[in-house]
Amino acid sequence: MPETSRDLQLTADGELRHFLAIEGLDQALLTRILDTADSFIEVGERTIKKVPLLRGRTVVNLFFEPSTRTRSTFELAAKRLSADVLNLDIGTSATSKGESLSDTLLNLRAMASDMFVMRHSQSGAPHFVAQSVTPDVAIINAGDGRHEHPTQAMLDMLTIRQHMKTFRGLRVAIVGDVQHSRVARSQIRALNTLGVDEVRLIAPDTLLPHEPEALGARVFHRMEEGLRNVDVIIMLRLQHERMEGALLPSESEFYRMYGLTREKLAYANPGALVMHPGPINRGVEIESAVADGPQSVILGQVTNGIAVRMAVMSMSMGGQLNERQSATGEGVAST
Amino acid sequence: MQDIEQLLDRMTDDLREHINARGLSSLCPVGIRTGGVWVAQALRERLGIQAECGELDITFYRDDFSRIGLHPRVSPSRLPFETEGQHLLLVDDVIMSGRTIRAAMNELFDYGRPESITLAALVDLGRRELPIQPDVTGTHETLGPRQRIKLRGPESLELAVEEVPDA
Amino acid sequence: MKWRVDNVHPVIDGEPAAEATSALVVDGRIAALGAGLSGERVEREVDGAGQWLLPGLIDLNCHLPEPGSDRGGSIESETRAAARGGFTTVCTTPDTSPVNDSSAVTHLIRDVAERNGHTRVLPVGALTRGLEGERLSDMAGLTRAGCVALGNGGHATASSRVLRRCMAYAHTFDIRLFLQPENASLASDGCAHDGLVAARMGLPGIPEVAETTAVNELLMLAEETGANLHIGPLSCARSVTLVRAAKEAGHSVTAEVGIAHLVATEAAIEGYNGTFHSRPPLRTEADRRALLEGVESGVIDAIVSQHRPSDKAAKLAPFPETQPGLSTVESTLSLGLERVAAGELSRGALLRALTSGPARVLGLDAPTIAEDSVADLTLVAPEQHWMPAVGSLYSAGPHLPVMERELPGVVMLTAVDGRIRHEHEGDGS
Repeated sequence: MPETSRDLQLTADGELRHFLAIEGLDQALLTRILDTADSFIEVGERTIKKVPLLRGRTVVNLFFEPSTRTRSTFELAAKRLSADVLNLDIGTSATSKGESLSDTLLNLRAMASDMFVMRHSQSGAPHFVAQSVTPDVAIINAGDGRHEHPTQAMLDMLTIRQHMKTFRGLRVAIVGDVQHSRVARSQIRALNTLGVDEVRLIAPDTLLPHEPEALGARVFHRMEEGLRNVDVIIMLRLQHERMEGALLPSESEFYRMYGLTREKLAYANPGALVMHPGPINRGVEIESAVADGPQSVILGQVTNGIAVRMAVMSMSMGGQLNERQSATGEGVAST
Repeated sequence: MQDIEQLLDRMTDDLREHINARGLSSLCPVGIRTGGVWVAQALRERLGIQAECGELDITFYRDDFSRIGLHPRVSPSRLPFETEGQHLLLVDDVIMSGRTIRAAMNELFDYGRPESITLAALVDLGRRELPIQPDVTGTHETLGPRQRIKLRGPESLELAVEEVPDA
Repeated sequence: MKWRVDNVHPVIDGEPAAEATSALVVDGRIAALGAGLSGERVEREVDGAGQWLLPGLIDLNCHLPEPGSDRGGSIESETRAAARGGFTTVCTTPDTSPVNDSSAVTHLIRDVAERNGHTRVLPVGALTRGLEGERLSDMAGLTRAGCVALGNGGHATASSRVLRRCMAYAHTFDIRLFLQPENASLASDGCAHDGLVAARMGLPGIPEVAETTAVNELLMLAEETGANLHIGPLSCARSVTLVRAAKEAGHSVTAEVGIAHLVATEAAIEGYNGTFHSRPPLRTEADRRALLEGVESGVIDAIVSQHRPSDKAAKLAPFPETQPGLSTVESTLSLGLERVAAGELSRGALLRALTSGPARVLGLDAPTIAEDSVADLTLVAPEQHWMPAVGSLYSAGPHLPVMERELPGVVMLTAVDGRIRHEHEGDGS
């Protein structure tokens, strides 16, 4: 029978060894990721913003889909952990065949890689690699198809925790293209696991999965209803190609119905947090006055982004090394 | 096990002597989590140091990461003063191999270049693996092969020898 | 060759006879049935104690990867697997490489099958050139060359107008059509049932309507053109309902279901398990139940293997990029018997859907065990078990729905035209 994502991601001791998806991780582990990230934020404030955790380790950034922003954060995170970083931008066309993807990765492993940070256009690609190609290399999912983008979600969780202190009792609305969003899938799972009161999705049916309740959220079609009494609003990015796929009539109609304006924001709880993974399409997803307003935390998430990535990279590397060494049964460290 | 108050008093005396001999002014105390912080606070009070006590979490600097992974409980280090050009008093509860102190000094240097570091340890168990010696020590102890020592606190500090369960 | 099997229970119309008997095979026919044949001098005597003697199983949908690349088996390897699975006749799909859209390819398939095959091989030709859905293939020529039917080989014909003309032209020459229902634009880039599992895993979905609208379209067009339509493999409950309604309205449509859809659901792809990437996709438990019910009631005439042997590398990729299809021809009967044991399907319905059902679709006489009938025979030990495992499979495709688990029903012997083409080795464990 197929391994569940939990089996694949964790060592026998329940330590992280790959970071593929939020699904399958429990509250204690997600909280530990956030706590560890908090510690790394402090590292970023030092004169020398580096710790030696991954010294001598090689981290390969494998981006089968271009994304300068995400890749840079991972690169910076790896460097702050003192790892050697190799950046490979591989066009999907070069590896549209499965064998060559496997071959590429096996070659990289032969070069003594310890960790692959992987972005791929196909859902489940990092899963496949962790399971069938290089299980002894720690795999960090930097976004796979429409499946998950777990580090982005954890960065959002860190931001929410900094502002709201706790997840208990929160109502969170996620607005926009849920169907094609890997970030949304990760966010919904993380929010539910961390114990928020309610996750809501606000979108037209064309931008929702066929069975949206499967994701563990309540569906609303109108902002006026969905935003009522929410504490956090997460606006998803709208890709321009959605208009071509006949999913939406136009950007202006989307803005009219689902754009976050000051007027619509007023339905939410006072002081509700407004978040956006960026880059923002002003006047499509969000009104400038809201994006730049006091409730918005759209900027200033970069620090959190690096810290969260440092946390999952060091935790996964630790678990992976632990797994490799578990057979030798070495003793504990000395004072 | 000896009375902690007496050990701390002795360390305070030795530290005063050390400070005078070296002509150190305004020592800034830094404790290594968790026991080292308690000892550092006790020494700070006794020495009447104004500066707040810094706290180091050396998790990110341990050299056994590749064997045991990331420690499950990490909290950020907290240094409430500039370390650049400062005389630091680095404090830990127990010194043995010297590896913790090595990690702590590496970490301190990532905050800046201190003028000097004075090292104080409540208990020295010997069995050093690195050339690191405390300037001031509360007591020297020798443990059996299956024993370890633990400082309990923070309310009233107490040293206890524990039997290590079989692996 | 002259041989005899003793102590067997002949299976007629899906029901094994209570009395054991003997069958004498001479020159490709059952020469005699009954007790008292032991006096006859034969070259082989087979003890069939506790076994069923079935008319040879017929598979309407089995991909034989020849002509094609050298990966994923050959006519030789896959018909050997089919014979092990108890099949004496397989219909090979037109999606070979090159596509079977000319009499030259049909002849090639027949020649290779004649030379290397272990079962009868009946080619299904391509309905349109290159299966591209634009220009009609030489339908009459393909039929004359030996194609028993023409089909779309799982490639949806996007244009309804082309489809209507295909059907009208096929009707002119009384050509049978094997069509897999899929609305290409609704299926789009999907790779899994558009349901709970795909939503969670972020896989592009193939909605149920991608099949049901196509079933409707095929039924309407066949009704209008009078085409002889065989539809499938079906994957969802509503398709069964539509076919049932068409049959009740008196249309001469027939239908098939793949064995994988009777044993697995969308849950099987959990963890991005590419083995269960199939087309049509595995759907819900309710669909699986409805398909089983369709077989039971006879709305679905045939259970097919929908065998798609792919080599290891073809499944070694991120899920959406894996090659769809499972390797099933060796285990179809056993997987069906397992459903019978689970109480989900009657034995009679299963055996009919593997013998008389597909024969009817092909316009053949109802296969039976009777004197003077053609000796396409399958000897099955229903109480024995076997375990599919890498290394012991005959098929080049290692992707079975069940691996390393015991399955009921061991095919002890398969004879085609009186010639023994497969015999079980070992004690059946």
